[in-house]
Order: sequence, then C-alpha cells, then structure tokens
Amino acid sequence: MSAFQANATAIAYLISAVLFIFALRGLSSPESSRKGNLLGILGMVIAIAATVLSPQIVTYGWIIGAVALGGGIGYVIARRIAMTAMPQLVAGFHSLVGMAAVLVAAAALLNPSAFGITDGLGRIFLASRIEMSLGAAIGAITFSGSVIAFLKLQGLMSGTPILLPARHPINLALAIAIIGLIVAFGLSEGAAAGGGNLLWWLIAASFVIGFLLIIPIGGADMPVVISMLNSYSGWAAAGIGFTLQNSALIVTGALVGSSGAILSYIMCKGMNRSFISVIAGGFGGDGGGGPTGQRPERPHKKGSADDAAFILKNAGSVIVVPGYGMAVAQAQHAVRELADRLKSAGVSVKYAIHPVAGRMPGHMNVLLAEANVPYDEVFELDDINNAFSTADVAFVIGANDVTNPVAKTDPDSPIYGMPILDVERAKTILFVKRSLSPGYAGVDNELFYRDNVMMLFGDAKKMTEAIIKTLD
Amino acid sequence: MDTLLAITEFGAKATADPFVQQLSIFVLAIFIGYFVVWSVTPALHTPLMSVTNAISSVIIVGALLAAGAAAGGLAKTLGLVAIALASVNIFGGFAVTQRMLSMYKKKK
Repeated sequence: MSAFQANATAIAYLISAVLFIFALRGLSSPESSRKGNLLGILGMVIAIAATVLSPQIVTYGWIIGAVALGGGIGYVIARRIAMTAMPQLVAGFHSLVGMAAVLVAAAALLNPSAFGITDGLGRIFLASRIEMSLGAAIGAITFSGSVIAFLKLQGLMSGTPILLPARHPINLALAIAIIGLIVAFGLSEGAAAGGGNLLWWLIAASFVIGFLLIIPIGGADMPVVISMLNSYSGWAAAGIGFTLQNSALIVTGALVGSSGAILSYIMCKGMNRSFISVIAGGFGGDGGGGPTGQRPERPHKKGSADDAAFILKNAGSVIVVPGYGMAVAQAQHAVRELADRLKSAGVSVKYAIHPVAGRMPGHMNVLLAEANVPYDEVFELDDINNAFSTADVAFVIGANDVTNPVAKTDPDSPIYGMPILDVERAKTILFVKRSLSPGYAGVDNELFYRDNVMMLFGDAKKMTEAIIKTLD
Repeated sequence: MDTLLAITEFGAKATADPFVQQLSIFVLAIFIGYFVVWSVTPALHTPLMSVTNAISSVIIVGALLAAGAAAGGLAKTLGLVAIALASVNIFGGFAVTQRMLSMYKKKK
C-alpha cells in the first residue's frame, strides 16, 4: 500500500468516527436524532468502503454474499419486531457484536499477516497479542452474557435468579484463569510459536464466565445488565480496534463503552443499588418474587371500570404512571386512547416515567411514542414529581415498586433510598394491577391499603379498554 | 528543570510507539463519549442503545480484512461469518433506530 493510500484510508476512518459522534450527539433531542442516525449510516458506509477499497482485499464475491445475507436478516427483523420486544432484540444484537469480536480475533491469530500485525518471522507483535486477547475475552463474555439476557427477556428462560452454591468462588477462579491466560498468551509468541491454544482456552473460559455472570441476575435487574453488556460490546470492539490499529474502531469502541457505562450508572442510581450488588445477583425474580409466604389479606378498596371512568372523567388533571406491566399487556395503545378521550373531555393528561420502568433504559418512552403519545407530554421523574401534589388522579398502570413510599420511610426495606414517583401525593390513586402481590423487590406496597387508593384488578389492556368503553 | 529538558530532548528524537498514539485517541474518545452521552435525553435511551449497537458493528472492518485476504483458509471463513453477524447488526441496528426515532412526535 502506498503512503498516499494508507493516509487516505486512515482519514476515511477518522471521518466515519466523527460521523458516529454526531450520530450520538443527535440524540440530545428527538428532532435532531433522525438526522444523527443518517450521519451514523453514512459513517458506516465510509468505513466499509475505505476497507473494501484498500489493496489488501482481493476477493469480493463471498463478502458481498455475507453482507447481503446478514443485512437482509437484520433488516427484516428490524421492520417486524414489536416495540415491546426491544430489550431482547438489543440483547440479541449485543451477542452478535461479541461473537464478531471473537471471530475477528480468531482470524487474526490464524492469519496475522492479513492484518499486518506480524514481524519478519511471522510472529504476532506483543502489543497485538495483548489487544487481541482482551478483545476476544470481552467479546466472548459479551456473547454468552447477552445470549442469557436474551433468553430471560424473551421468556425462554425463567427470570428468577439461578443461584449456584459456590458461584462466587467459581467466578473468581475463572476470572483469575482468564487473566492468567491473557498474560500467558501475551508472553507466548502467538500461533507461530504454539501459543495459539492459549487463545482458544481463553475464549472458552470467557464464554463460561459470561454465562455464569448473568444467570443469577433477576428479570427486573435487566436494565442494568443490558446496559452493562452494551458497554462490554464497546470495549470488545475497542480491543479489536487496537489490534487492527484502526481509529474508527477505537473511537467507536470508546464511545459505546462509555455510553453503556453511563446507562448502567443511571439504572443503578434509579434503583439505589450498587453496580456490585446487581452483578452479585440473586435479587428478585419476575413479578411475585421474594419470600412472600401467606400474608393475611388487608382491607383495600376494589374498584370497577365504571368507578375508574367516573373518577377520571371528573378529574381536572391526571398523571399516568406506566410500568413493565403495561409493556407485558401491550396496553400502550389503549392507554393513549384513554388519554385522548379524557383530553377531549377537558382533562389534562401527562405521563411520568421512572428511570428503571421496563426492562431497558427508555423502554416506556419508546412504547408511548409507538402509541403516538406526543413526547412533550412525557416527563422524567425529576421533572414531574412535584406535579403529583396538584394532580387529581395518578393512574398507575403496571408499576409498583417505583411508587412505594416505603423507599422513603423504612430504612430496613430492600428498596430504601430508591427514588420514587410521589403518586401518594395525588388526591386519588388508581392502580391497575393483576393482584395485590408485591413487586419484584418482594416488598408490600403500603399505598394499596390507603383510603384514597382504588385497586383495579385485571389485565392492564383489558381494564383500560373497559374504562374507555364506559366513558362512551 | 534539567529533567524536563531531558524529557523534551528525548521526545524530540524518538517517535512514540503507535500503541501510545492509539491509546491517546482511545482515552480522548472516552471523554467525548462521556460528555455526548450525558447530553442524550433520557427519552431516547433505547434508541441510544440500538444505535451504539449498530455503530459498534464497525468491527466489520476487521472481518473484511480476514475474509478478503488472498490466502487464509479457516481465517477467511471466520471472517465471512463475522461479516454476516456484523451485517445483521448494522442493517438491523440502524433500521430499528430509524423506526423508533420516526415515532417520536410533538403535540399537534
């Protein structure tokens, strides 16, 4: 490759890295986001074109076939997927990035000269050995961890934590083995000197630890897990980027890695739990989790769709609080229809979103957007919490723990310190819920038994539709 | 002062290892990522995840190098599989992001 070609290619990668930064920057507001996404696509086209046009690439037929096959599958999935299934889709996509990183590292080991990472004797450079082993290890953890997250989110595997008896010692031993293998592979001289097997063992150990790290984590902690795996996929890409000495890949890996890390932090904060405690696992399962046992039934007010319709119709302002239950029941369209009816009757309607509502960051916002709820009616916790004290009705649909005042009052509660939506300050509170069962934290919600609270038992979608019907 | 001078002299004569240059890019990009991501509105955190997913599939450039090389047997095959996986992500990730973003509308 001539110096001119090498420079041109490097500048093309720089341009695509800048375009990727603009793609993320665009997400600061919905208006600019669509243009940002197009810039991201442009960046990807430039990066691929620069690589394909470089002289190292001499065969094209199979490449075009692989892109067409993968691209076709990806596009069809993207068009068809339901918005409620977005968490598992993202988890599935993370696993593919992880696997791609593993495969690229393996290919670099088998044919290092194609990547220009060998010395005169065909040995892989020391720096490249360390970088590729890091990329492969993180990629393998991302892959197996994301596969488990996908299975849990898709419901193919129970969301209840699976706790192996000696999981912490096992994980610790595996982590030490992984570090040892990275060091040993670094000290070896690559495949040419027989060090190749070390990389295969490293990949195998990383697959196992990725699997073991995610199985003990409960369904409702998935927002943290999915953000964490997002971050890992970025670090894996960066590791491979170092091996290839490719600035686009290094910059992108750093962007994605820090993005996932920030989202993990926001999610942990939204639950007032430390990252370590989430990763240690064992917290809560799906829905009924926790040692509930047989509780005596306490008096509560049970309402019908008619009662709810009457209360809502006569309210001046309503705040809707959606949670995972709304997503499960696919009730977002019904909720928006209810809001439309109320608005045409002169009621003001707003939506309040807790940071960890749903199974991934921003999950509720996407569902409401899908149901054509204008985004300027949807508010984050900090922006709307004061409004509850002046609201006539809080309509809580499929959410529980994020409204529980015990998070403020009882230091012994597992959810103590978690920021909550102050629905208790609204004049009347309507809870659409299947039963009185506690949320994933296994904590009873005091609100259910208050005088100004009405429980609407049933499926979120059916109940909302029944309320709409009685409004007519 | 002497030490500083010595360092400067040393820096002027030797060129830094390419790894150090890449590391500089990497560290600075983490800072850019930090500031850019904090400016993302929480309402768009799901599209943020899907688009970061799509762009991290720029790892396809590594797969292309392996698959398009003149020789390489198994390495070529691994590269081709990686191309297919990364392509699922690139096409799927950008398309689903665009689909989500097109849903966010203001009050009429």
